Amino acid sequence: MEKGRMRNLTMTAALNTALREEMRRDETVIVMGEDIGVYGGVYGVTIGLQREFGPDRVRDTPISEMAIAGMALGAALGGLRPVAEIMYCDFLAHAADAIVNNAAKWRYMSGGQYALPLVVRSPAGGGGGTAAQHSQSLEAWFTHIPGLKVVMPSVPRDARGLLKAAIRDDNPVVFIEHKHHYTYKGEVPAEEEIIPLGVADVKRAGTDLTVVSWSRHLTLCLEAAEILAAEGISLEVVDPRTLQPLDLATICQSVAKTGRLAVVHEAVLFGGFGGEIVAQVVQECWGDLKQPPLRIGAPFCPIPYSEPMESFVIPQVTTIVDRLRAYLA
Amino acid sequence: MPNPRPDDLRHLYRLMVTIRRFEEVATERYLAAGRAGQFMGALHTYVGEEAIAVGVCSLLREDDFVISTHRGHGHCLAKGADPGPMLAELAGRETGYSRGYGGSMHIFAPELGLLGGNGIVGGGMPLAAGAAFTAQYTGTDRVAVCFFGDGASKQGTFHESFNLCALWDLPALFVCENNCYAATTPVKDSCPIVDIAEMAHGYGCPGVVVDGNNVLAVRAVAEEAIARARAGRGPTLIEAKTYRMKPHCMVIRETRDQCELDEWAEKDPIQRFEAYLLEEGGLAAEELRGIRDEVDTVLAAAAAFADASPWPDPARVMEVLWA
Ligand SMILES: Cc1ncc(C[n+]2csc(CCOP(=O)(O)OP(=O)(O)O)c2C)c(N)n1
Ligand SMILES: [Mg+2]
Repeated sequence: MEKGRMRNLTMTAALNTALREEMRRDETVIVMGEDIGVYGGVYGVTIGLQREFGPDRVRDTPISEMAIAGMALGAALGGLRPVAEIMYCDFLAHAADAIVNNAAKWRYMSGGQYALPLVVRSPAGGGGGTAAQHSQSLEAWFTHIPGLKVVMPSVPRDARGLLKAAIRDDNPVVFIEHKHHYTYKGEVPAEEEIIPLGVADVKRAGTDLTVVSWSRHLTLCLEAAEILAAEGISLEVVDPRTLQPLDLATICQSVAKTGRLAVVHEAVLFGGFGGEIVAQVVQECWGDLKQPPLRIGAPFCPIPYSEPMESFVIPQVTTIVDRLRAYLA
Repeated sequence: MPNPRPDDLRHLYRLMVTIRRFEEVATERYLAAGRAGQFMGALHTYVGEEAIAVGVCSLLREDDFVISTHRGHGHCLAKGADPGPMLAELAGRETGYSRGYGGSMHIFAPELGLLGGNGIVGGGMPLAAGAAFTAQYTGTDRVAVCFFGDGASKQGTFHESFNLCALWDLPALFVCENNCYAATTPVKDSCPIVDIAEMAHGYGCPGVVVDGNNVLAVRAVAEEAIARARAGRGPTLIEAKTYRMKPHCMVIRETRDQCELDEWAEKDPIQRFEAYLLEEGGLAAEELRGIRDEVDTVLAAAAAFADASPWPDPARVMEVLWA
């Protein structure tokens, strides 16, 4: 990593830092959502913001997701830069009308007259027995909607830099965090850092296989890479960081080097975003591929509650290691 | 309403104590599982709100529908669910009501008219309208009871569903459990009016406020609302004012003022009912203790049943996906 002072932060603290820095910089940045003000958010991402910026800028709302997302759009049209929190990404289904039918299309339908600087943050993912309605990974829904950007950070440095970029972006951004990744720690530069949307990052260099993954599963892939390295297998782990826009060039560059591609995500495999990446790579890098790409994801079922079933559904490090090893054998 | 008979009173008391003890046992088991490294979701307990589910559900027939919430254990038990398969569900076992697929928020028992808990706040209200529609359409006099919180009353689904029920005279009861908070948000910060019951008036329907910590008072208003619904005269909104005596769930820290907690502890619905039973209901202290002991025995057996039950085979995750 570059020179300069680094701080070791959790994902939560990194996101909190981004919000704080942007709110200090620009008073049009406002934050709203359920239990985000006095309490600081059920995952603590907005802790202390209301104390610093006051209840006008850091608003606790009733349980009204459609209004929260719709208000974010209205406020953006009025010139603010709202950051709305939807407590769990499953509830984005409630907010989806405002996001999908309105926010994604307002600029376009008006012939480009509006900038829509709004961010909707929400945690996705399973792994803690929260069952089918509190565990989904729904990023593919939003990547399919022209007009939305979709960001999914995997490490604290990216979380901070990408959230800052998302807030400054003049388009609606769906910013998806992972509820079982908030305590994950990593180095974050003390100075300001904006990480542009649409730029992938090679998280680990390697030669045998390109593994593309994001959010919490990216870090599971790094663990898998460590384990496989001990067996003499060298993975290159690429983090797109934003799924929309997608930095295909970085992925293709890696595939050109390794000749192999695996995509790993927590979301249901069928119709998952991994399919899009594989399709694009096959089109662009057909000649480089030594073997058909591999996809790892959840089977086509909701997340079951019971622990043995839940861990069966969500790809674990051991599963990833086994599947990749077998793929390369 | 005539005073309930002693047998009814015993039944109500037993149900309330069962719910309370169930929640205590579930909490202990949750904590024990946590110490053993197993995380069992959130677990929202109904402690302090027992009088509402019991007051309403004790008047329902087995074929009436109940649509529950994330805080649904009380609704299930009051509608006749067995604590054994309920604890087994919480433990993620094969023998649970939902065979381990659902967990605490998702207990379903079609045979009891339990159409399910719901992890989506406000998600149950349109379902209740649909169940009430079915009752009307098939020419029965069944009713659908929808429980929901003060927080849920702020979802658009309340208005859309209540309007439909009012418009079509659907046999539904909307029971708002106003426990003063939605997670950490006090009701005054989410609701500009004091009585949520008033919202019904905008749809030309009765909206009644009741002391949700008084089981007999709840029963009285529920009886009228159920009769009205069965007679084809449409929905009622009952707002039962109550208080959740425990934190929102196991993963949200307590934010409420100790004085406020103490104040409401004084109004504990079970203690109040006990006082009533002893002073006016003609029941003896000995008898109440007997009921409590019986409930303890039932719950110990339920816990043993859950623990002895097999875990589901992970390979069957696809098994129930399609009908
Ligand atoms: C659509 C939706 N939004 C938010 C949540 C998160 N959540 C779960 S329970 C809860 C509070 C619900 O309050 P209330 O309706 O008053 O019921 P109570 O918990 O007090 O019984 C919240 C915000 C959710 N589960 N679903
Ligand atoms: Mg409430």
